[in-house]
Amino acid sequence: MIRLDQPNLANLPELRHIGKPLPRIDAMGKVTGATKYAGDYVMPNMLHAKVLRSKYPSAKILRIDVSKARGFPGIVAVLTADDLPGARVTTDIPGVTDTAKRAGTDAPILAKDRVRFMGEAIAIVAAEELAIAERASDLIEVDYEPYPAVFTPAEAMQPGAPIVTEPDNIVARWRIVKGDADAAMKNADVIVEGTYKTQFIDHAYLEPEAGIAWVDENGVLTIRVSTQVVEHFRSIAAALQLPQNKVHVMGALVGGGFGGKEDITVELFIGLAALKTRRPVKMIYTREESLLAHCKRHPFTITHKTGVTRSGRIVAAQVNMLADSGAYVYLSPYVLLYAASSAVGPYRVNNVTVNACAVATNNTFTSAFRGFGAAQACVAYEQQMDEIARELDMDPRQVRRINYAQAGDTTPNGQAFRGAVWLEECAQRAWDALGEETKANAPHMKIGRGLASYMQSYGRITWFHDTSQAWVGLEMDGSIVIRCGVPDIGGGQMNTLAQITAEVLGVPMERITVYGTDSALTPLAGTTTATRQMYMSGNATYQAALAVRKTLAERASQHLECELDEIDFADNTVFVKNDASQNMPLTQLIAICAAEGLPRANLSLFKAPFTDKLDPDNAQGDIWPDYTFGAQAVKVAVDTETGEVRVLKSAACHDVGRALNPAAVAGQIEGGAAQGLGYALMEDVQIVNGVTLTPSFAEYLIPTASDIPETKTIILESGTGLGPFGAKGIGEPALTPMAPAIANAVADAIGARVTQLPLTPERVLEAIDKIETRFS
Amino acid sequence: MQRKTIHLTLNGEPREWSVYPNELLLNVLREQEFLTGAKYGCGIGECGACTVHLNGAPMLSCLTLAIACDGADILTIEGLARDGKLDAVQEAFLEHSAFQCGFCTPDMIMMTRALLNENPQPSEAQVRDYLRGNLCRCTGYASILRAALDAAAVLNVRRNIHAAEERADA
Repeated sequence: MIRLDQPNLANLPELRHIGKPLPRIDAMGKVTGATKYAGDYVMPNMLHAKVLRSKYPSAKILRIDVSKARGFPGIVAVLTADDLPGARVTTDIPGVTDTAKRAGTDAPILAKDRVRFMGEAIAIVAAEELAIAERASDLIEVDYEPYPAVFTPAEAMQPGAPIVTEPDNIVARWRIVKGDADAAMKNADVIVEGTYKTQFIDHAYLEPEAGIAWVDENGVLTIRVSTQVVEHFRSIAAALQLPQNKVHVMGALVGGGFGGKEDITVELFIGLAALKTRRPVKMIYTREESLLAHCKRHPFTITHKTGVTRSGRIVAAQVNMLADSGAYVYLSPYVLLYAASSAVGPYRVNNVTVNACAVATNNTFTSAFRGFGAAQACVAYEQQMDEIARELDMDPRQVRRINYAQAGDTTPNGQAFRGAVWLEECAQRAWDALGEETKANAPHMKIGRGLASYMQSYGRITWFHDTSQAWVGLEMDGSIVIRCGVPDIGGGQMNTLAQITAEVLGVPMERITVYGTDSALTPLAGTTTATRQMYMSGNATYQAALAVRKTLAERASQHLECELDEIDFADNTVFVKNDASQNMPLTQLIAICAAEGLPRANLSLFKAPFTDKLDPDNAQGDIWPDYTFGAQAVKVAVDTETGEVRVLKSAACHDVGRALNPAAVAGQIEGGAAQGLGYALMEDVQIVNGVTLTPSFAEYLIPTASDIPETKTIILESGTGLGPFGAKGIGEPALTPMAPAIANAVADAIGARVTQLPLTPERVLEAIDKIETRFS
Repeated sequence: MQRKTIHLTLNGEPREWSVYPNELLLNVLREQEFLTGAKYGCGIGECGACTVHLNGAPMLSCLTLAIACDGADILTIEGLARDGKLDAVQEAFLEHSAFQCGFCTPDMIMMTRALLNENPQPSEAQVRDYLRGNLCRCTGYASILRAALDAAAVLNVRRNIHAAEERADA
């Protein structure tokens, strides 16, 4: 049923488990409702906690009076900044030991004398019942004095603008210089300029932020939490002034992450309350709280100036980027770097200057979101490619073909594409999958088609010196345990490890159990972010399984009296490759190894490529291990009377290197495209003068089953990825090209471009009106 | 507020609940019965994560007062499999990997089951329309639509076989 087209262009070898859409190990729990998420856990004597949040986007706190709350029946603890150890929560990337940090980069856990965005935490209330904790806002008196604020990056950059966090409102800058764009621009036949804007959007995972914390019998603060990053145990320890080995973060299967559970959410609130009360404390954000107070995707304003020849070759590009970091820094410097380095997209441009800047405002803070800056960059560069084609009166696909990067070409930061670069192949297949041209069924309906190509890194920034560890061990009965601290956020991160191990050790998936997402009991595997787990933990697991296989194979070759390389493993059996009648059950081999004291388990560490940090003023050098490439094509219908846009058909084609589990890969691609559709057409966290006007799913609209077009998913496998079996990451790439593809299709339909996402009916009508005014 | 005792059937078993007039069905299911398949996603009926069957019809348990369930027959995802055998809708979701994070999977399955009870042979458009109040952020709905249509097809085949067997017996 899964509509996959697998041409196997690279002639990859057939494998027994890899490449098969095997049922995932997490499937049964999910279809029976047995799967437990962080908010499903309860403990005896548990308290419920709520956060009191700021009503104003920018204010001084003159007084906080908690006396009424402290005496209220059922309230067990009330905590304010005065009760805290004084440390702040680090908002830099976990695991990065970068000493050069702005004074105001770290955020307070609870605001003390000033709030900087609406929804900032001020106090924590822990109570016997949730309904009592919810009364915190009635019982705690906070006197505010409005403080001058800035709500747009442009305002925030004005001389004399109010400072959001010290020392100034510029929280990050990157300048990338390759070649000489000024000089090359003079040689261009045509110069095309365009400005493209994106909006705040919310991750809108169905599972709100949730966790439960308690202090165990050894004095260890233990936190079961919905998180993409169990390594936050270190920053939690720092913030609470505990030794790192006295904080234990246990994840749970995560009900959607998309970057929104990459930063700390509830951990410190429940951790503080548990330390204070010595009782288990649970917290689940309401949906309103989640929309109000966790990070959003950075809005960007991106200006392109591109010099091209008459024949369509790009000779120079100057790109300026301005991002709204909101009230605190969080991952803004890195989001900005992703955007800046992919500013011109997957095209060969030898002369590029990129100036990128992230600016603090009194809006909700922004941080990681699937696509992480590279998605915003793609919204701009792919619209710019269509505008270049329009200026030159050429087919947009032809302009792309002329400029597509090839293997060996370099990004603006000078990083070479080392693997296959199947941009043209992906674009052609996605476009062809749209099928016949559709005729409009009424005069006011216009049909358009659009395409977007993209590049998106997988794996973390290489100067973070990223590692992952996994442990693979055989039990006496031939079953397998994998231990790897990978948080599974729904992409099948744990299942992938089982599928890799099944392949290497010839044991069926149902005989494998994966233990993940535990900062103390599973080997640390790093964050489930940056499209890195298949690549990093997949390789760590692959190495560990290979090491176990090597030991077993050596012993088996003695027993079966054959050469080492003749040994193979399948179906719980060890056998001689060309004579399967010579075999032994895996359990017999394990028993022999156990009797002789040979290891049946291995702990392996995988290292990504390591590089040095780049100079922020010209940023030349490698930043990521590798890239995924692909394309998205869409067909839209635009109602020129109402401005409504409907996507009729969507076709995505991605080179995933190797699809370890095609069903899981298709799920990522289809889900990413749907999020991209929401980004393009409907999603908009409207923050006006610092106030969020969209605090529920009635105002913040995400795609429903009715909004999704007919979908075609094409998976190509070049086999050139850095993951196990040549796989590349697909989690983030799946989203990146959808929004610009839709923007291009709408422009194709109506003959005018809406340069601000989302493409609401109002904006579409406004664009149509402008053309009509021009010609009337 | 006074608690009131009510009687109902939950997943085929008789139950007696003592509930406050303002207690929500979702909270009673999760906190008293420890049935956590129905989820809190928004609390105000906008996401569908809390969907259960009330007297055979899909219901948002976050908007349903428990006290109003006196005498009712409630089915949650935990009661859908019978005698250890998955329902055809669960099998189809398994077959099509019609989930990613799985948080909405119980409600999607309960909603699909309700649809097929009402309309055994829905068109794809009817499936989309029926499921549009149930949000999924991971799958893009494509695999869910495939699973729902496949479950309908499987159930129809089973019904036809069953009817043929009955004719043969008669």
